[in-house]
Amino acid sequence: MLKIKDYIIKKNVHIYRHGGLNIAYDVNSGSLHVLDDHTYALIEEMKDLQDQDPNMLLAGEKLLAKVGKNLSATVKKEILSELEELQNQSLLFSQEAEETEPCYPDPPLIKAICLHVAHDCNLRCLYCFAGTGSFKGQRELMTSETGKRALDFLLKHSGNRRQCEVDFFGGEPLLNMSVIKELITYGKTVAQQAGKKIKFTLTTNAVLLDKTIADYLEKEGVSVVLSLDGRKEVNDRMRPFPNGKGSYDNIVPQILYFTKLRPGSSPYAVGQYYYVRGTYTRYNTDFYKDVLHMADLGIKRISVEPVIASPNHDYAFREEDIDKIKESYDILGEKLLEYRQKGQEFSFFHFNAGLDEGPCLPKRLSGCGAGHEYVAISPDGSIYPCHQFVGQEEYKLGTVYQDNPLKRELMQKFRGAHVYNKKDCRICWARFSCSGGCHAANAAFSGELTKVYSLGCELQKKRLEVAYYLKIKEAQQIETI
Amino acid sequence: MSTHIKTIVKGNLASTLKNGGCGQCQTSCQSACKTSCTVGNQVCEK
Repeated sequence: MLKIKDYIIKKNVHIYRHGGLNIAYDVNSGSLHVLDDHTYALIEEMKDLQDQDPNMLLAGEKLLAKVGKNLSATVKKEILSELEELQNQSLLFSQEAEETEPCYPDPPLIKAICLHVAHDCNLRCLYCFAGTGSFKGQRELMTSETGKRALDFLLKHSGNRRQCEVDFFGGEPLLNMSVIKELITYGKTVAQQAGKKIKFTLTTNAVLLDKTIADYLEKEGVSVVLSLDGRKEVNDRMRPFPNGKGSYDNIVPQILYFTKLRPGSSPYAVGQYYYVRGTYTRYNTDFYKDVLHMADLGIKRISVEPVIASPNHDYAFREEDIDKIKESYDILGEKLLEYRQKGQEFSFFHFNAGLDEGPCLPKRLSGCGAGHEYVAISPDGSIYPCHQFVGQEEYKLGTVYQDNPLKRELMQKFRGAHVYNKKDCRICWARFSCSGGCHAANAAFSGELTKVYSLGCELQKKRLEVAYYLKIKEAQQIETI
Repeated sequence: MSTHIKTIVKGNLASTLKNGGCGQCQTSCQSACKTSCTVGNQVCEK
Protein backbone atom coordinates (compact mmCIF):
# COMPACT_ATOMS: atom_id res chain seq x y z
CA MET A 1 0.00 0.00 0.00
CA LEU A 2 1.24 3.49 -0.87
CA LYS A 3 2.25 5.21 2.37
CA ILE A 4 0.99 8.78 2.47
CA LYS A 5 0.07 9.27 6.11
CA ASP A 6 1.76 12.50 7.27
CA TYR A 7 3.27 12.86 3.81
CA ILE A 8 2.70 16.36 2.38
CA ILE A 9 2.40 15.65 -1.32
CA LYS A 10 2.76 19.21 -2.64
CA LYS A 11 6.01 19.58 -0.69
CA ASN A 12 7.53 16.32 -1.88
CA VAL A 13 6.09 15.52 -5.30
CA HIS A 14 5.74 18.26 -7.89
CA ILE A 15 3.40 17.47 -10.76
CA TYR A 16 2.81 19.78 -13.70
CA ARG A 17 1.88 19.75 -17.37
CA HIS A 18 4.33 21.01 -19.95
CA GLY A 19 4.60 20.56 -23.72
CA GLY A 20 1.87 17.93 -23.74
CA LEU A 21 3.54 15.87 -21.01
CA ASN A 22 2.39 15.12 -17.45
CA ILE A 23 5.56 15.41 -15.40
CA ALA A 24 6.29 14.30 -11.83
CA TYR A 25 9.42 15.46 -10.03
CA ASP A 26 10.22 13.60 -6.82
CA VAL A 27 11.84 16.23 -4.62
CA ASN A 28 13.76 14.02 -2.20
CA SER A 29 15.32 11.64 -4.70
CA GLY A 30 15.56 14.06 -7.64
CA SER A 31 13.81 11.52 -9.90
CA LEU A 32 11.71 12.40 -12.93
CA HIS A 33 8.70 10.59 -14.32
CA VAL A 34 6.13 10.95 -17.07
CA LEU A 35 2.58 10.11 -16.00
CA ASP A 36 -0.46 9.14 -18.01
CA ASP A 37 -3.57 11.31 -17.62
CA HIS A 38 -5.22 9.01 -15.08
CA THR A 39 -2.19 8.97 -12.79
CA TYR A 40 -1.75 12.72 -13.05
CA ALA A 41 -5.39 13.31 -12.14
CA LEU A 42 -5.22 10.84 -9.28
CA ILE A 43 -2.15 12.48 -7.68
CA GLU A 44 -3.69 15.89 -8.20
CA GLU A 45 -6.85 14.77 -6.46
CA MET A 46 -4.83 13.44 -3.51
CA LYS A 47 -2.92 16.70 -3.28
CA ASP A 48 -6.10 18.79 -3.43
CA LEU A 49 -7.77 16.73 -0.74
CA GLN A 50 -4.81 17.29 1.57
CA ASP A 51 -5.00 21.02 0.83
CA GLN A 52 -8.73 21.25 1.52
CA ASP A 53 -8.83 19.15 4.66
CA PRO A 54 -5.83 19.03 7.02
CA ASN A 55 -7.25 15.83 8.55
CA MET A 56 -6.60 14.10 5.25
CA LEU A 57 -2.89 14.36 5.94
CA LEU A 58 -3.35 11.91 8.77
CA ALA A 59 -5.85 9.81 6.89
CA GLY A 60 -3.50 7.68 4.78
CA GLU A 61 -5.56 4.74 3.51
CA LYS A 62 -8.81 6.68 3.95
CA LEU A 63 -7.53 9.29 1.52
CA LEU A 64 -6.61 6.63 -1.02
CA ALA A 65 -10.12 5.21 -0.75
CA LYS A 66 -11.64 8.62 -1.44
CA VAL A 67 -9.79 9.38 -4.68
CA GLY A 68 -10.15 8.06 -8.22
CA LYS A 69 -13.92 7.54 -8.19
CA ASN A 70 -14.03 8.15 -11.92
CA LEU A 71 -11.53 5.35 -12.61
CA SER A 72 -12.33 1.70 -13.00
CA ALA A 73 -11.28 -0.39 -10.01
CA THR A 74 -8.69 -2.17 -12.15
CA VAL A 75 -7.03 1.03 -13.39
CA LYS A 76 -6.96 2.57 -9.91
CA LYS A 77 -5.42 -0.59 -8.51
CA GLU A 78 -2.79 -0.64 -11.24
CA ILE A 79 -1.81 2.98 -10.63
CA LEU A 80 -1.60 2.61 -6.86
CA SER A 81 0.44 -0.52 -7.28
CA GLU A 82 2.92 1.27 -9.58
CA LEU A 83 3.16 4.18 -7.17
CA GLU A 84 3.80 1.79 -4.31
CA GLU A 85 6.54 0.06 -6.25
CA LEU A 86 8.22 3.38 -7.05
CA GLN A 87 7.90 4.42 -3.44
CA ASN A 88 9.60 1.19 -2.36
CA GLN A 89 12.43 2.02 -4.75
CA SER A 90 12.62 5.59 -3.32
CA LEU A 91 11.88 7.10 -6.73
CA LEU A 92 8.43 8.64 -6.24
CA PHE A 93 6.63 9.55 -3.02
CA SER A 94 10.04 8.85 -1.55
CA GLN A 95 10.73 9.45 2.10
CA GLU A 96 11.40 13.04 3.05
CA ALA A 97 15.10 13.82 3.46
CA GLU A 98 16.05 14.21 7.08
CA GLU A 99 16.09 17.87 8.10
CA THR A 100 19.61 18.24 9.36
CA GLU A 101 21.64 21.42 9.71
CA PRO A 102 24.40 21.57 7.09
CA CYS A 103 27.64 20.47 8.67
CA TYR A 104 30.42 23.09 8.49
CA PRO A 105 34.08 23.04 9.51
CA ASP A 106 35.27 25.16 12.37
CA PRO A 107 37.01 27.55 11.86
CA PRO A 108 35.27 28.37 8.55
CA LEU A 109 37.08 27.24 5.46
CA ILE A 110 37.19 29.70 2.57
CA LYS A 111 37.72 28.14 -0.83
CA ALA A 112 36.70 30.86 -3.28
CA ILE A 113 37.16 34.60 -3.64
CA CYS A 114 35.73 37.18 -5.96
CA LEU A 115 38.63 39.56 -6.41
CA HIS A 116 37.57 43.10 -7.25
CA VAL A 117 40.70 44.17 -9.07
CA ALA A 118 38.99 47.26 -10.46
CA HIS A 119 36.32 49.45 -8.96
CA ASP A 120 36.05 51.32 -12.18
CA CYS A 121 34.41 50.56 -15.49
CA ASN A 122 34.53 51.65 -19.10
CA LEU A 123 30.77 51.12 -19.52
CA ARG A 124 27.87 52.78 -17.74
CA CYS A 125 25.31 49.97 -17.62
CA LEU A 126 22.00 51.30 -16.37
CA TYR A 127 21.21 48.32 -14.14
CA CYS A 128 24.69 47.95 -12.62
CA PHE A 129 24.50 46.76 -9.01
CA ALA A 130 28.06 48.04 -8.61
CA GLY A 131 27.11 51.72 -9.04
CA THR A 132 28.57 51.70 -12.60
CA GLY A 133 31.77 50.17 -11.30
CA SER A 134 32.65 52.17 -8.19
CA PHE A 135 30.41 50.26 -5.74
CA LYS A 136 29.32 53.68 -4.43
CA GLY A 137 32.89 54.40 -3.27
CA GLN A 138 35.74 55.97 -5.15
CA ARG A 139 36.90 54.65 -8.50
CA GLU A 140 40.09 52.72 -7.84
CA LEU A 141 42.22 49.78 -8.93
CA MET A 142 43.59 47.05 -6.69
CA THR A 143 47.35 47.12 -6.19
CA SER A 144 49.36 43.94 -6.75
CA GLU A 145 50.30 44.02 -3.06
CA THR A 146 46.64 43.83 -1.98
CA GLY A 147 45.95 41.20 -4.62
CA LYS A 148 48.81 39.02 -3.37
CA ARG A 149 47.59 39.40 0.21
CA ALA A 150 44.15 38.30 -0.96
CA LEU A 151 45.61 35.17 -2.58
CA ASP A 152 47.65 34.44 0.54
CA PHE A 153 44.48 34.89 2.60
CA LEU A 154 42.65 32.37 0.40
CA LEU A 155 45.36 29.73 0.61
CA LYS A 156 45.72 30.22 4.35
CA HIS A 157 42.00 29.85 5.01
CA SER A 158 41.24 27.03 2.56
CA GLY A 159 42.20 24.21 4.93
CA ASN A 160 42.31 20.85 3.20
CA ARG A 161 40.66 22.01 -0.03
CA ARG A 162 42.95 21.20 -2.93
CA GLN A 163 41.03 23.31 -5.40
CA CYS A 164 40.65 27.03 -4.65
CA GLU A 165 38.90 29.55 -6.89
CA VAL A 166 39.58 33.14 -7.81
CA ASP A 167 37.28 35.21 -10.01
CA PHE A 168 38.71 38.48 -11.32
CA PHE A 169 35.80 40.85 -11.11
CA GLY A 170 35.00 44.54 -11.06
CA GLY A 171 33.86 47.00 -12.26
CA GLU A 172 35.80 45.93 -15.28
CA PRO A 173 38.80 43.77 -14.36
CA LEU A 174 40.62 44.22 -17.68
CA LEU A 175 41.23 47.86 -16.69
CA ASN A 176 43.83 46.37 -14.35
CA MET A 177 45.37 43.79 -16.66
CA SER A 178 48.97 44.19 -15.50
CA VAL A 179 47.96 43.30 -11.94
CA ILE A 180 45.86 40.36 -13.15
CA LYS A 181 48.89 38.94 -14.97
CA GLU A 182 51.08 39.41 -11.92
CA LEU A 183 48.48 37.72 -9.70
CA ILE A 184 48.03 34.73 -12.00
CA THR A 185 51.78 34.08 -11.98
CA TYR A 186 52.00 34.64 -8.23
CA GLY A 187 48.88 32.57 -7.50
CA LYS A 188 50.08 29.56 -9.47
CA THR A 189 53.44 29.62 -7.68
CA VAL A 190 52.13 29.96 -4.12
CA ALA A 191 49.34 27.46 -4.72
CA GLN A 192 51.82 24.89 -5.94
CA GLN A 193 53.99 25.50 -2.88
CA ALA A 194 50.92 24.85 -0.73
CA GLY A 195 50.07 21.67 -2.65
CA LYS A 196 46.93 23.26 -4.08
CA LYS A 197 45.56 24.54 -7.37
CA ILE A 198 43.82 27.83 -8.06
CA LYS A 199 41.14 27.82 -10.71
CA PHE A 200 40.97 31.32 -12.20
CA THR A 201 37.90 32.84 -13.83
CA LEU A 202 37.39 36.35 -15.14
CA THR A 203 34.13 38.23 -15.66
CA THR A 204 34.45 40.92 -18.31
CA ASN A 205 32.38 43.26 -20.46
CA ALA A 206 34.79 42.41 -23.32
CA VAL A 207 35.49 46.03 -24.29
CA LEU A 208 39.25 45.56 -23.79
CA LEU A 209 39.34 41.89 -24.73
CA ASP A 210 41.63 42.21 -27.74
CA LYS A 211 43.38 39.21 -29.33
CA THR A 212 46.49 39.58 -27.17
CA ILE A 213 44.49 39.41 -23.94
CA ALA A 214 42.20 36.67 -25.27
CA ASP A 215 45.18 34.53 -26.27
CA TYR A 216 46.82 35.16 -22.89
CA LEU A 217 43.67 34.04 -21.01
CA GLU A 218 43.43 30.97 -23.23
CA LYS A 219 47.09 30.11 -22.64
CA GLU A 220 46.77 30.52 -18.88
CA GLY A 221 43.59 28.42 -18.72
CA VAL A 222 41.43 31.18 -17.28
CA SER A 223 37.71 30.53 -17.62
CA VAL A 224 35.87 33.60 -18.86
CA VAL A 225 32.36 34.96 -18.39
CA LEU A 226 31.62 37.52 -21.09
CA SER A 227 28.80 40.05 -20.80
CA LEU A 228 26.36 40.61 -23.65
CA ASP A 229 22.62 41.18 -23.35
CA GLY A 230 21.63 39.94 -26.80
CA ARG A 231 20.19 41.94 -29.68
CA LYS A 232 22.02 45.16 -30.55
CA GLU A 233 19.16 47.47 -29.55
CA VAL A 234 18.62 45.60 -26.27
CA ASN A 235 22.30 45.53 -25.35
CA ASP A 236 22.95 49.14 -26.34
CA ARG A 237 20.01 50.52 -24.39
CA MET A 238 21.36 49.11 -21.12
CA ARG A 239 25.11 48.78 -21.77
CA PRO A 240 26.41 52.09 -23.18
CA PHE A 241 29.82 53.74 -22.94
CA PRO A 242 30.08 56.87 -20.75
CA ASN A 243 29.33 58.98 -23.86
CA GLY A 244 26.04 57.16 -24.35
CA LYS A 245 27.12 55.14 -27.41
CA GLY A 246 26.16 51.47 -27.34
CA SER A 247 28.82 48.79 -26.82
CA TYR A 248 27.47 46.01 -29.07
CA ASP A 249 29.56 46.76 -32.18
CA ASN A 250 32.77 46.93 -30.14
CA ILE A 251 32.31 43.82 -28.04
CA VAL A 252 30.64 41.27 -30.31
CA PRO A 253 33.67 40.62 -32.57
CA GLN A 254 35.89 40.23 -29.48
CA ILE A 255 33.41 37.89 -27.79
CA LEU A 256 33.14 35.77 -30.93
CA TYR A 257 36.92 35.56 -31.24
CA PHE A 258 37.14 34.26 -27.68
CA THR A 259 34.27 31.78 -27.95
CA LYS A 260 35.94 30.22 -30.99
CA LEU A 261 39.06 29.54 -28.88
CA ARG A 262 36.96 27.29 -26.63
CA PRO A 263 34.58 25.24 -28.79
CA GLY A 264 34.56 22.40 -26.25
CA SER A 265 33.41 24.49 -23.27
CA SER A 266 31.42 22.49 -20.75
CA PRO A 267 27.73 23.43 -20.52
CA TYR A 268 28.06 22.87 -16.77
CA ALA A 269 30.97 25.33 -16.51
CA VAL A 270 33.47 22.68 -15.54
CA GLY A 271 37.16 22.89 -16.46
CA GLN A 272 38.33 25.61 -18.81
CA TYR A 273 35.26 27.23 -20.34
CA TYR A 274 33.53 30.36 -21.51
CA TYR A 275 29.98 31.51 -20.88
CA VAL A 276 28.33 34.53 -22.43
CA ARG A 277 26.14 36.09 -19.81
CA GLY A 278 23.41 38.68 -20.16
CA THR A 279 20.78 40.38 -18.05
CA TYR A 280 17.17 40.89 -19.07
CA THR A 281 14.88 43.59 -17.75
CA ARG A 282 11.24 44.59 -18.21
CA TYR A 283 12.36 46.23 -21.49
CA ASN A 284 12.97 42.77 -22.98
CA THR A 285 10.62 40.29 -21.37
CA ASP A 286 10.87 38.58 -24.80
CA PHE A 287 14.48 37.80 -23.87
CA TYR A 288 14.28 34.42 -25.59
CA LYS A 289 14.92 36.42 -28.76
CA ASP A 290 18.16 37.68 -27.23
CA VAL A 291 19.26 34.17 -26.37
CA LEU A 292 18.47 33.04 -29.91
CA HIS A 293 20.28 36.05 -31.33
CA MET A 294 23.40 34.95 -29.47
CA ALA A 295 22.90 31.34 -30.60
CA ASP A 296 22.58 32.60 -34.19
CA LEU A 297 25.90 34.39 -33.76
CA GLY A 298 27.40 30.97 -33.06
CA ILE A 299 27.65 31.30 -29.27
CA LYS A 300 27.12 27.90 -27.64
CA ARG A 301 27.17 28.65 -23.90
CA ILE A 302 24.61 31.23 -22.89
CA SER A 303 23.30 32.45 -19.56
CA VAL A 304 20.75 35.26 -19.33
CA GLU A 305 19.48 36.29 -15.91
CA PRO A 306 16.66 38.49 -14.65
CA VAL A 307 17.73 41.91 -13.40
CA ILE A 308 17.65 42.47 -9.66
CA ALA A 309 16.44 46.03 -9.24
CA SER A 310 14.61 48.21 -6.81
CA PRO A 311 10.97 48.68 -7.91
CA ASN A 312 11.44 52.43 -8.45
CA HIS A 313 13.47 51.77 -11.60
CA ASP A 314 11.59 51.81 -14.87
CA TYR A 315 13.38 48.64 -16.02
CA ALA A 316 12.50 46.68 -12.84
CA PHE A 317 9.93 43.91 -13.23
CA ARG A 318 6.34 44.44 -12.22
CA GLU A 319 3.72 41.90 -11.30
CA GLU A 320 2.17 42.13 -14.77
CA ASP A 321 5.44 41.06 -16.44
CA ILE A 322 5.59 37.63 -14.84
CA ASP A 323 3.35 35.85 -17.36
CA LYS A 324 5.30 37.26 -20.29
CA ILE A 325 8.59 36.20 -18.72
CA LYS A 326 7.30 32.70 -18.08
CA GLU A 327 6.11 32.47 -21.65
CA SER A 328 9.59 33.46 -22.81
CA TYR A 329 11.10 30.56 -20.86
CA ASP A 330 8.53 28.21 -22.45
CA ILE A 331 9.36 29.42 -25.94
CA LEU A 332 13.07 29.23 -25.22
CA GLY A 333 12.72 25.59 -24.16
CA GLU A 334 11.00 24.70 -27.45
CA LYS A 335 13.51 26.69 -29.49
CA LEU A 336 16.38 24.95 -27.74
CA LEU A 337 14.96 21.61 -28.90
CA GLU A 338 14.42 22.98 -32.39
CA TYR A 339 18.03 24.24 -32.62
CA ARG A 340 19.29 20.90 -31.30
CA GLN A 341 17.27 19.11 -33.95
CA LYS A 342 18.80 21.14 -36.77
CA GLY A 343 22.35 20.64 -35.45
CA GLN A 344 22.76 24.11 -33.94
CA GLU A 345 22.82 22.99 -30.33
CA PHE A 346 23.47 25.56 -27.60
CA SER A 347 23.08 25.45 -23.84
CA PHE A 348 21.23 27.83 -21.55
CA PHE A 349 22.79 27.70 -18.09
CA HIS A 350 19.55 28.01 -16.13
CA PHE A 351 18.12 25.00 -17.98
CA ASN A 352 20.92 22.76 -16.71
CA ALA A 353 19.46 20.15 -14.40
CA GLY A 354 22.03 17.60 -13.36
CA LEU A 355 19.52 15.58 -11.26
CA ASP A 356 21.21 12.17 -11.09
CA GLU A 357 24.61 13.79 -11.82
CA GLY A 358 23.85 16.95 -9.88
CA PRO A 359 25.32 18.28 -6.66
CA CYS A 360 24.89 16.31 -3.44
CA LEU A 361 22.33 17.32 -0.84
CA PRO A 362 24.89 18.87 1.55
CA LYS A 363 25.96 21.22 -1.27
CA ARG A 364 22.36 22.05 -2.13
CA LEU A 365 21.66 22.84 1.51
CA SER A 366 24.70 25.04 1.97
CA GLY A 367 23.89 26.98 -1.21
CA CYS A 368 26.33 29.44 -2.75
CA GLY A 369 28.51 29.54 0.38
CA ALA A 370 28.60 33.35 0.45
CA GLY A 371 29.93 34.75 3.70
CA HIS A 372 31.64 31.63 4.92
CA GLU A 373 33.26 29.68 2.08
CA TYR A 374 33.02 32.30 -0.65
CA VAL A 375 33.91 35.97 -0.08
CA ALA A 376 34.57 39.07 -2.14
CA ILE A 377 37.60 41.29 -1.64
CA SER A 378 37.48 44.95 -2.67
CA PRO A 379 40.44 46.97 -4.05
CA ASP A 380 41.38 48.22 -0.58
CA GLY A 381 41.46 44.67 0.82
CA SER A 382 38.10 44.76 2.62
CA ILE A 383 36.33 41.41 2.80
CA TYR A 384 32.58 41.04 2.19
CA PRO A 385 30.25 38.00 2.03
CA CYS A 386 30.00 38.23 -1.79
CA HIS A 387 30.37 40.62 -4.70
CA GLN A 388 26.86 41.97 -4.21
CA PHE A 389 27.48 43.06 -0.62
CA VAL A 390 30.69 44.95 -1.40
CA GLY A 391 30.55 48.51 -0.09
CA GLN A 392 27.83 47.77 2.48
CA GLU A 393 29.61 48.52 5.75
CA GLU A 394 27.24 46.46 7.89
CA TYR A 395 28.27 43.38 5.93
CA LYS A 396 32.03 43.92 6.09
CA LEU A 397 33.68 40.77 7.46
CA GLY A 398 37.23 42.08 7.87
CA THR A 399 40.27 42.95 5.79
CA VAL A 400 43.28 41.17 4.34
CA TYR A 401 45.47 43.76 6.08
CA GLN A 402 44.67 42.56 9.58
CA ASP A 403 45.31 39.20 11.15
CA ASN A 404 42.09 39.55 13.15
CA PRO A 405 39.68 36.73 12.50
CA LEU A 406 36.70 37.49 10.30
CA LYS A 407 33.46 38.46 12.03
CA ARG A 408 32.22 35.07 13.14
CA GLU A 409 28.78 36.26 14.10
CA LEU A 410 28.15 37.55 10.60
CA MET A 411 29.59 34.39 9.03
CA GLN A 412 27.29 32.39 11.26
CA LYS A 413 24.33 34.41 10.03
CA PHE A 414 25.14 33.44 6.44
CA ARG A 415 25.67 29.82 7.41
CA GLY A 416 22.29 29.83 9.07
CA ALA A 417 20.48 31.23 6.02
CA HIS A 418 19.75 27.81 4.49
CA VAL A 419 16.46 26.34 3.29
CA TYR A 420 15.49 24.80 6.61
CA ASN A 421 15.63 28.22 8.25
CA LYS A 422 13.44 29.87 5.60
CA LYS A 423 9.74 29.47 6.25
CA ASP A 424 8.72 29.60 2.58
CA CYS A 425 11.47 27.23 1.46
CA ARG A 426 10.78 24.43 3.91
CA ILE A 427 7.53 23.57 2.16
CA CYS A 428 8.61 24.39 -1.39
CA TRP A 429 9.20 21.64 -3.96
CA ALA A 430 12.14 23.60 -5.45
CA ARG A 431 14.03 23.83 -2.14
CA PHE A 432 16.91 21.56 -3.14
CA SER A 433 17.34 23.18 -6.54
CA CYS A 434 17.63 26.87 -5.66
CA SER A 435 19.07 26.48 -2.14
CA GLY A 436 16.83 29.27 -0.91
CA GLY A 437 17.81 31.79 -3.58
CA CYS A 438 20.41 34.53 -3.70
CA HIS A 439 21.26 36.02 -0.28
CA ALA A 440 21.81 39.47 -1.76
CA ALA A 441 18.46 39.48 -3.56
CA ASN A 442 16.70 38.22 -0.44
CA ALA A 443 18.35 40.87 1.74
CA ALA A 444 17.64 43.64 -0.77
CA PHE A 445 13.94 42.85 -1.09
CA SER A 446 12.99 41.69 2.38
CA GLY A 447 15.76 43.18 4.52
CA GLU A 448 16.52 39.71 5.88
CA LEU A 449 18.66 36.82 4.71
CA THR A 450 16.02 34.29 5.69
CA LYS A 451 13.07 35.88 3.86
CA VAL A 452 12.89 35.05 0.20
CA TYR A 453 12.53 37.31 -2.85
CA SER A 454 9.23 35.93 -4.08
CA LEU A 455 9.46 37.08 -7.70
CA GLY A 456 12.84 35.37 -7.91
CA CYS A 457 11.18 32.18 -6.60
CA GLU A 458 8.46 32.35 -9.25
CA LEU A 459 10.99 32.59 -12.05
CA GLN A 460 13.26 29.96 -10.57
CA LYS A 461 10.41 27.46 -10.41
CA LYS A 462 9.48 28.17 -14.01
CA ARG A 463 13.08 27.60 -15.15
CA LEU A 464 13.21 24.30 -13.29
CA GLU A 465 9.98 23.12 -14.88
CA VAL A 466 11.35 23.81 -18.34
CA ALA A 467 14.70 22.25 -17.41
CA TYR A 468 13.04 19.00 -16.30
CA TYR A 469 10.90 18.96 -19.43
CA LEU A 470 14.05 19.28 -21.56
CA LYS A 471 15.66 16.47 -19.61
CA ILE A 472 12.72 14.23 -20.50
CA LYS A 473 12.77 15.27 -24.15
CA GLU A 474 16.49 14.55 -24.28
CA ALA A 475 15.94 11.07 -22.83
CA GLN A 476 13.09 10.40 -25.26
CA GLN A 477 15.27 11.48 -28.17
CA ILE A 478 18.03 9.08 -27.09
CA GLU A 479 15.46 6.27 -26.95
CA THR A 480 14.32 6.86 -30.51
CA ILE A 481 17.86 6.78 -31.91
CA MET B 1 5.68 -3.67 -16.01
CA SER B 2 4.70 0.00 -15.69
CA THR B 3 1.82 1.05 -17.86
CA HIS B 4 0.87 4.34 -16.24
CA ILE B 5 4.22 5.82 -15.17
CA LYS B 6 7.44 6.04 -17.08
CA THR B 7 10.57 6.77 -15.05
CA ILE B 8 13.03 8.97 -16.91
CA VAL B 9 15.64 9.82 -14.29
CA LYS B 10 16.40 7.71 -11.24
CA GLY B 11 17.90 9.98 -8.59
CA ASN B 12 19.26 9.22 -5.15
CA LEU B 13 19.56 12.71 -3.73
CA ALA B 14 18.52 12.00 -0.14
CA SER B 15 21.15 9.30 0.20
CA THR B 16 23.94 11.78 -0.67
CA LEU B 17 23.33 13.34 2.75
CA LYS B 18 25.51 10.57 4.17
CA ASN B 19 28.43 10.52 1.73
CA GLY B 20 28.32 13.95 0.03
CA GLY B 21 29.75 17.31 0.96
CA CYS B 22 33.37 16.94 -0.19
CA GLY B 23 33.23 20.59 -1.29
CA GLN B 24 35.59 20.17 -4.24
CA CYS B 25 33.04 21.46 -6.77
CA GLN B 26 33.04 25.03 -8.02
CA THR B 27 31.27 27.80 -6.11
CA SER B 28 28.07 28.50 -8.01
CA CYS B 29 28.58 32.25 -8.36
CA GLN B 30 32.02 31.72 -9.91
CA SER B 31 30.55 29.70 -12.79
CA ALA B 32 28.26 31.59 -15.14
CA CYS B 33 25.92 33.69 -13.05
CA LYS B 34 26.42 36.46 -10.57
CA THR B 35 22.88 37.42 -9.60
CA SER B 36 21.04 34.18 -8.89
CA CYS B 37 21.79 31.06 -6.90
CA THR B 38 22.58 28.32 -9.42
CA VAL B 39 23.66 25.44 -7.23
CA GLY B 40 21.02 23.19 -8.83
CA ASN B 41 22.41 23.97 -12.29
CA GLN B 42 25.81 22.51 -11.46
CA VAL B 43 27.10 18.95 -11.57
CA CYS B 44 28.94 16.91 -8.97
CA GLU B 45 32.66 17.00 -9.81
CA LYS B 46 33.65 14.09 -7.59
